[in-house]
Formats: sequence, structure tokens, C-alpha cells
Amino acid sequence: MSNLTPLIIEHLLIVLAAVAISAVIGVSLGILSYWVRPLDKIILWVAEIIQTIPTLALLAMLMILFGLGNITIIAGLVLYALMPIIRNTYIGLEAIPAHLKDAARGMGMSKPQQLIKIEIPFSLPLIFSGIKIALVNSLSIAVMGVLIGAGGLGYPIYRGIQTNSLERILSGAIPVVLMAMILDYLMTKMEKWMVRKSPQN
Amino acid sequence: MIEFENVSKSYGESKVLDRLNFRINPGEFVVLIGPSGCGKTTTLRTINRLIEPDGGKVFINGEDISKVNPVQLRRTIGYVIQQIGLFPNMTVEENIAVVPKLLKYPKEKWQPIVRELLELVGMPYKENAHKYPSELSGGQQQRIGVLRALAASPPIVLMDEPFGALDPITREALQEEVKRIQKKLKKTIVFVTHDMDEALRMADTIVFMSGGKILQMASPEELLQNPADPLISEFMGKHKGAPGASLTAGDFMKTRVLKASRKTQTLQSVELMRKRDVNSMIVVNDDDTYAGTVSLDTIKALGKAGKEIGDMMEDQAPIVNLNEDAHDTFEKLYTSPVGYVVVLNDDKTVAGLITKTSMAKAMGEALWGEMLS
Amino acid sequence: MGGNAVMTFVAFCIDHQKDIFNCLVRHFQLVGISVAAGMLIAIPLGIFLSRFKHFALAVLRLAGMVQTIPGLVMLGFALLLFGIGLPPALFVLSIYAILPILQNTYTGITEVEKSYIEAAKGIGMTNGQILRKIEIPLALSSIVGGIRTSVVFTVSWATLAGLIGAGGLGDLIWTGLSTYNTNYILAGAVPSAIVAIALSGLISIIQKSITPRGLKGVSV
Repeated sequence: MSNLTPLIIEHLLIVLAAVAISAVIGVSLGILSYWVRPLDKIILWVAEIIQTIPTLALLAMLMILFGLGNITIIAGLVLYALMPIIRNTYIGLEAIPAHLKDAARGMGMSKPQQLIKIEIPFSLPLIFSGIKIALVNSLSIAVMGVLIGAGGLGYPIYRGIQTNSLERILSGAIPVVLMAMILDYLMTKMEKWMVRKSPQN
Repeated sequence: MIEFENVSKSYGESKVLDRLNFRINPGEFVVLIGPSGCGKTTTLRTINRLIEPDGGKVFINGEDISKVNPVQLRRTIGYVIQQIGLFPNMTVEENIAVVPKLLKYPKEKWQPIVRELLELVGMPYKENAHKYPSELSGGQQQRIGVLRALAASPPIVLMDEPFGALDPITREALQEEVKRIQKKLKKTIVFVTHDMDEALRMADTIVFMSGGKILQMASPEELLQNPADPLISEFMGKHKGAPGASLTAGDFMKTRVLKASRKTQTLQSVELMRKRDVNSMIVVNDDDTYAGTVSLDTIKALGKAGKEIGDMMEDQAPIVNLNEDAHDTFEKLYTSPVGYVVVLNDDKTVAGLITKTSMAKAMGEALWGEMLS
Repeated sequence: MGGNAVMTFVAFCIDHQKDIFNCLVRHFQLVGISVAAGMLIAIPLGIFLSRFKHFALAVLRLAGMVQTIPGLVMLGFALLLFGIGLPPALFVLSIYAILPILQNTYTGITEVEKSYIEAAKGIGMTNGQILRKIEIPLALSSIVGGIRTSVVFTVSWATLAGLIGAGGLGDLIWTGLSTYNTNYILAGAVPSAIVAIALSGLISIIQKSITPRGLKGVSV
């Protein structure tokens, strides 16, 4: 197990880095779609198109741009994670009751003030849920990194396939699935807590 | 004919139907009514076997329905529910024709039925048949819901609060339409509602249920006149004494009347009347039976201080019994030289007085419900 | 990528059109067979689960868990079980194809409003008729949505089939990656992306066209 620890850490770091970048971009794009009406359709459409592209195809094309290594897998994960984050941010902001927005405007809040004081807090549980989906998916997709020269838990799995070793495959797969399940569980709990704390209630 | 014989149904501990026995005649419009949880919907749903009773039997035209295939049974019984339940994936025409199609009617047979039925509710075929339910108003949807129930000409139609979700005006229009259709097509309709207005308007027979039992099964008229249980009177609320029901003198009288013994002295009497701001009062014998009336004017004209009022009584006021028919009482009031009628109990004691004011107030209440002032 | 590189790529594609075409056909076969198998299993199973809801939660949770297993891992399992070639690839792809269809069939049917079922039962439809005339038509859009997700998944995972010798566009990508040949990569990646996007769009259009007019737009 000990030789797995660095791989687990690397896997986790790749995923966290990618989702963090994606969260910044995704939430911004979500807000942009919400603010600039004609953009919402285009942004959501593009994000969906990206998600439709087969994983290996996207990673291979990115590799042409970024070369072999962790940068490429991170870039791929960022792109895949965009869709759930943008969508949930957008839906969360759209779902804010009109009377709340009216009240905020009526009190003389500027658009950014409305966003920070009212709209983001209100839609936070949903945004968080989008990040959770992105994170859980990314843990699984990151395994593919091994095919484009990245590190992480894809390596033992791929070696296992090459050497016909169930043991090796499992040594990579079990931590991935476990991490996904644990993160899903914890983040679902947090999400529920947020919903309870949210201004909606 | 639908017959219930000792029909019972329990869910766990709670008895929903408790040995029900009743009979519905062909062509009858029967309304099941009662407080929520009284078992009215359960009763309805045992008729088309959406609910199977734990005990007892239901017969339709003498046939024990538990021996009939439930699917076949339901195709011969129309069914209308509050949520309407028109199939959103089917057009108006397809919705109406759904049972005829289940019964394998050929198109030449079901299409005229659809036309005819749409005509019946004033929704021309051409404009409506190919619409989807979502393109209709709530009232139109429920019209189609009713037509769907009628399409295979079932002799019996079950309706479970069909108009509960509609606005009052639409509801009234549909009530009239259904009543008209029922009479025209001579259907037996079993109708569940919690709205007494609706029940009174539509029913030939009202079945009032509570706690899984029938408290009373009677015509609306009978139910209004002789409610068998305080719960029924309470449920009817304002309908107690609705127009057309027979009222009696007792319904119009005021009971707070000024009474005095015939031995009361004149000055005292004048004082009593002045205090109550009336100009006449009732005189009673020692045994509290009615003796006569005395007016302020008479006392002023004839009276001397210290005289007993028994000596200057008049008997011009008409007298009626408590149970005297309202119509006769009304005539007596109008011909009364003193402007009021005295109401007596059976033992000749005074029950009250009917004045034009009390009469007007009582009629108002009968028409518009309890009046506060 | 400059104009020159595009020219080179186009020339490469023309040169290798037969290979590319064969890979494309194989890719379609992989997707077609596995989605068909997925539908055959998932739709009846979804209907079954909607009738026996106490099983449903456990089965759907299991299905959800299987879905979190990375594709590469599943491929590895299949390889160990069935060896190299087409069968293990089809096995894995079918499993991935089942899950979205199963979920959508189940939710589609269980979300049909109770009043429709009540009405259908009350007017004398048999359970089979309720299923055919009411539940399936009302759940159809959801089921087709599941098929769409399923197709997108399998087009994606089918690119991995090349790894265990089952062919498909993944073969070209794989050759490109291992020889660092951009043209091979693009010759596999671009068509597979186009196939995924096109199929997804096509099924969306089908989904809209089969939705009865009564279920679109204005709701009750």
C-alpha cells in the first residue's frame, strides 16, 4: 500500500487543481450567462458540446497542444468539469425568486452587491452541488491521464491491464472508487447543511 | 341497481367502512357526502373495485361484482375524478374514445359518439376534437373528463368530487350540464362531494356518511326537514330552512318577549314597557298559560294607578301554535290588527312573538345564512 | 495549428480514408450493439423496478456505484474475464449503456402523475394497457433522453476499446499517442467527437419530435 500513497496524493492533487480552476471559470461563466442574457444559450451549449466529446479524443487533442504530462490531464478535467458547474450556477441564480431581486434592487444595491449579498448566498447549495458532481466525475476521468503520460492512480490500473494483473488493477481502482464515494458522501452532507443554512429557509 | 350488503373495509386499526347497507336505484342521482375521512370516496371506489372490501358484498343488477373481472367491470362503469386525469398524450377525441377503443368499437362507431358527446356540452367537434388537454381550460377539461366517462354508454357513472378544483362559476355550469345529461341519458350517477350546496342541487338522494357509517339516506328535502343527526344539521349550516323547505311559526319568532302576570299593577306595567321600549306586553295566568295582551295605549286610556292589568286585557292578537305552518303564520301576521302574532307552546304557555321584524330577520337568515345583528 | 498542418492532416485523411472508414464502421458497431443491448436490458428492467419499488432503490444505487468505476478499470476487468478482442469491449460498453437508460426509464415511469394511472385504471385499462397507452408514452421522452446519454457514453468509452484490440476510432488515437503522430490522433479524435456530437444532437431532435404536442409547452 505504501507505494500507492504518492499516487493517491498525486491523483487527488490533479483532480483538486483541475476542479478549483474549473470552479473559478465555471462560476464566472455561470454568472455571465445569468447577467448577459443572449450569452446563456451559447455558453451552456458549448459546455455541453465539450462534455459530449469522447474523453480519449479530447485528451489526445489536448496532448497535441500541451504535450505529455499532468498539465494535459488537468486541462481536460477543467473542460469536463465546466458543464456541471456552469449549469448549476446558472440554474441556481435563475431560481432566485423575483421578489428577492426586486427587494435587493429596491434597497439600492448595485448589480455586484446584489450578486454577493443576495444571489450567491442564495444559490450556494446548488453551486456547491455542481462542484461536487464535477469532483466525483473528475476522480474517475483522471484515471485516463496515464494514457497521455500523466501520473496518479491510472498508472497501476494501466500496468494491471498490460500485465493481466487483477491485483494491480484493483490497487488503483479501489482507492479511486473509495475516494469518489467518500467525497460524494461528505459533500452531500455539506450540501444538506448548506441547504438548511441557506437564506431560502 | 347497485346494492351494498354489509360492506366493511379497514386499514389496519381504522374502520373506513362499517357494515354499509344501501341500495341505489337505476336512473337515480345519488350524492355521497360527509366530513373528510367519512368513507364516501372509499364507498365510491368499491363500486368499480378500485378498492376491495374486507367484508360484505356489492351487487350490480343482482350480480356480485367480486365475481366479475374488475377490468371488464370498470369498462361498464364511467369514472370521473377531481384531478380530471385526461391523458396528456392523447387528443380530446382520443381521450373520449379511449373506452370505446378498449371495447374494440370500430372507428365508424366511436367517431359519431365523440361528435355527439362534444355537441352535448357545446364544444364543436371541429374546433375541439384534435386539441390536447393542455390546450383546454379547466372547465373544458372536466367536460371532456365527463364525456370520457360517458363514451361507452355505461349505465352507471361514478364521480369523485369532479368539480372540486373548479372555480365557482364553472362549477355551477358543469353541475347543471351533468344534471341535464343525467336526466337526458337516464344514467345512474354516484357522486362524491363535501359541498352541501352541490349535493342539494344535484341529488335525488343524499347519503350522509360519517365514520364509515350512513347517518342518513334521504332526499334533499327530507334531509333539510328532518336531519337525523346534529352533525348533519351542522354540515348543512345555512341550508337549514332553505327556501322551499317547510318552516314553522317557531322559526320566525323572537323568544325574548315581555311577559307579566295578570296581577301586575298598571304603573308597574307601564314602567316595564317603557324600560324595554315596547308598547304592549303579554299577560299570563298564574300557571304561566297565555291570558292576553295589554297595550300602553289601553292602560293610558282605561287605567288608573293600582289597578291590575288582568282587567284591561285585549284578545285581538292572533294566536298560533309553535308548529303552525309558516305560510299560515305569515297571513295571520299580515292581518293582525296589533301587528304581531303570539306563539304558544302545546301547553298554552307563551313560546314567543312574531313581529314583522322578526319575520324579516328569519327569512333573511333562511336565504343568506346566519345574521349577526 | 497552421494552415500547413491542416493541409497535411487532410492529405493524411485522404491517404488513410479506408482505415479511417473501417475504424468508423467498427466504432458504430460497438456503439450500436452495446446501446441496443443496453436498451433490451434496461427498459424492461426499469419497468420492472417501477412495479417493485422496494427493489428499485438498491438496484439503482448499485447501478450508480458501477457508474463511478472508471472506464479503464472496467475494461481491465473485462480483459481479465474474457481476454482480448470484441467480446470484453462489448461487455463493458453494454454495462455503461444500461445505466442511464435504466435510471431514466425508472424515473420516467414513476414520475407519471398518479391521477393518470387512477383514471386509466378507473375506466378499465388492464395493467398492460396502462403501461402501453399511458406510462410508456408519457415516459418516452425521458427514456429517449437516457438513450442519448447512453450513446454519448458509449461513443466515448468505445475509443478505449482500441486498447484491448476491439478496434474503432480509438485504435487511430491510440496509434497516434504511442507514436506521437498528430495526424493519427486527429484522424481518430475528430471523427469520434463529431460522431458523439452529431448522435447526441440527432437523438435530441428525435426526442423532441416524439414528444406529443400535448406534453410540450403549456402545462395544465
